[in-house]
Amino acid sequence: MSDKTKSTQDYFDAPILTDQLPPKEKRTKLLQALLDMDPDLSFDDPLENDMILNMGPSHPATHGVLRILLRLDGETIVSAMPELGYLHRGYEKIAENETYHEFITHTDRLDYLQPVHNNVGYILAVEKLLGIEAPPRAQYIRTLLAELARISSHLVGFGVMAMDVGAMTLLLWCFREREKIHDIFDLVVGARFTTSFTRIGGIAQDITDEGLAAIRAFTDQFLARLDEGERLLNRNRIFFDRCRNVGVISAEDALAIGLTGPNLRGSGIPLDLRRDNPYLIYDQLDFDVITENEGDSLARYFVRLREMKESVKMVYQCLEKLPVGPVHAHEPKKVLPRKERIYTRMEELIHDFMIVNHGVNPPSGEVYHAIESSKGQLGFHIVSRGEGHPWRLKIRSPSFCNLQALPMLLKGHLLSDILAVLGSLDPVMGEADK
Amino acid sequence: MNNVLQQTVDSLRARFGDAVEEVREFRDDVIVVVGRSAIVDVATWLRDNETCPFPLCEDVFGIDAWTRKQRFEVNYHFFSLTCKQRIHLKVRVEENDPSVPSITGVYPGAGWYERETFDMYGITFPGHRDLRRSYMPEDFEYHPLRKDYPLMGIPGALPLPKRG
Repeated sequence: MSDKTKSTQDYFDAPILTDQLPPKEKRTKLLQALLDMDPDLSFDDPLENDMILNMGPSHPATHGVLRILLRLDGETIVSAMPELGYLHRGYEKIAENETYHEFITHTDRLDYLQPVHNNVGYILAVEKLLGIEAPPRAQYIRTLLAELARISSHLVGFGVMAMDVGAMTLLLWCFREREKIHDIFDLVVGARFTTSFTRIGGIAQDITDEGLAAIRAFTDQFLARLDEGERLLNRNRIFFDRCRNVGVISAEDALAIGLTGPNLRGSGIPLDLRRDNPYLIYDQLDFDVITENEGDSLARYFVRLREMKESVKMVYQCLEKLPVGPVHAHEPKKVLPRKERIYTRMEELIHDFMIVNHGVNPPSGEVYHAIESSKGQLGFHIVSRGEGHPWRLKIRSPSFCNLQALPMLLKGHLLSDILAVLGSLDPVMGEADK
Repeated sequence: MNNVLQQTVDSLRARFGDAVEEVREFRDDVIVVVGRSAIVDVATWLRDNETCPFPLCEDVFGIDAWTRKQRFEVNYHFFSLTCKQRIHLKVRVEENDPSVPSITGVYPGAGWYERETFDMYGITFPGHRDLRRSYMPEDFEYHPLRKDYPLMGIPGALPLPKRG
């Protein structure tokens, strides 16, 4: 047991030179994997002090608990190896033991910067499995809140990236705007952060006029606020020098390594599931898919910035087109009945009892549904065996796949460029570690 | 099944014959069950064919089917950017020999997904260059998403640091 404890905690408190490493049989697999990566990097001026440096898992710039083992020559990164799992909570195992309704709250904790996308993505997969569809008003409200959540998530990515490369002011400005979105969620959904607002066949509660007015008030002022932030950075020499030509990835490499979302569009590939594989009501909205061709950190920053403006456009369209009507599908055996009817009617009482205790029993089969979340493609693959809980639920989390490109992006850059690259990839460890 | 996918499935059948064991469709999702030895060839063909190429490997993951003779399943999702279609592949393997040839040579992005599948199910991928555990500590002995691993965990499986 004591040997076991030691090997799992093989941290390096200080950088060590590679000729002082432990013998091969005593190295951790992570260290060995790092050493096995081919360092085909030619230096103009090699310093000849090859060393291993540990970064994280608790490091202010890794946005959570990401650990990266680095092999350095002087300050230049020869190779890098990320290590995940420090926030692994086993949600896929938990899902196999809970009913479909119970798991909604767990999806909030995946990508905790924008829980709405997770709620919506999960519930769309369940509805696809059940073969039902939410009424138009519910779909509009889902889209509306999803786009607000995208703004809120991009604001964090935007502000934190700027802070990591030295522009502290912008972070505070972004969080001021984000706070307003949280207030809207508080008003509309009842929770600022962990929204859990979707239900099978609809949403938890209808949106009020007060909520709509709050959303309109926010969007009316948002573009001007964003413009202020933009002016701080878009002509900022320091910011440009830190981000331009850093972490460059070509379109072919980005596709091969499996990048999705703003990171893939930053390399010039216009893949956006909102347009390419439309769900909810995105086929009725007018918006552009933003791409940049450079594929560096700066390009990914500009994609996020311009996507926020597209989201504002979509929020306005949703507000304008929002139809009147119910927010729950009429499927008594699958959709939770309203509370006031449970107390007064026999049928609804029985249905409520069955749904809560045994769950909605979808037919046997496998479905996969993916949405375009703010980080990339978020998919849920559900295997059902006709029981109230899934037999297997696989979460395809975009941050996990995006982080895979990190060794490729960091190679040959300086130690301090890690911040600019990580900030532009915008990973969330809650989602990458599941 | 729409025309494009139908065409792809027909070409797969014509080209790989018996290696395509079964084609299933449920709620517009098409799942092609292929033989274990053919998976690398099928993946290469899917990536490189001219009518509807699938350049993006979205996911690789395992399923513990538990009651079948072939206990484990490895699933693959591929997305086509030109025809905006998604196709699923499935490979079934037996419990006493859980290994599937790695597709990292065709799709480098499958590397971490295969590591995760190995971590969670103990399915090995010959040909993978760096098959380590992805989430659990490297000296963890079990594969937690197998159905015979208890939800509450196994006491002592994860050694904790000593106090003080």
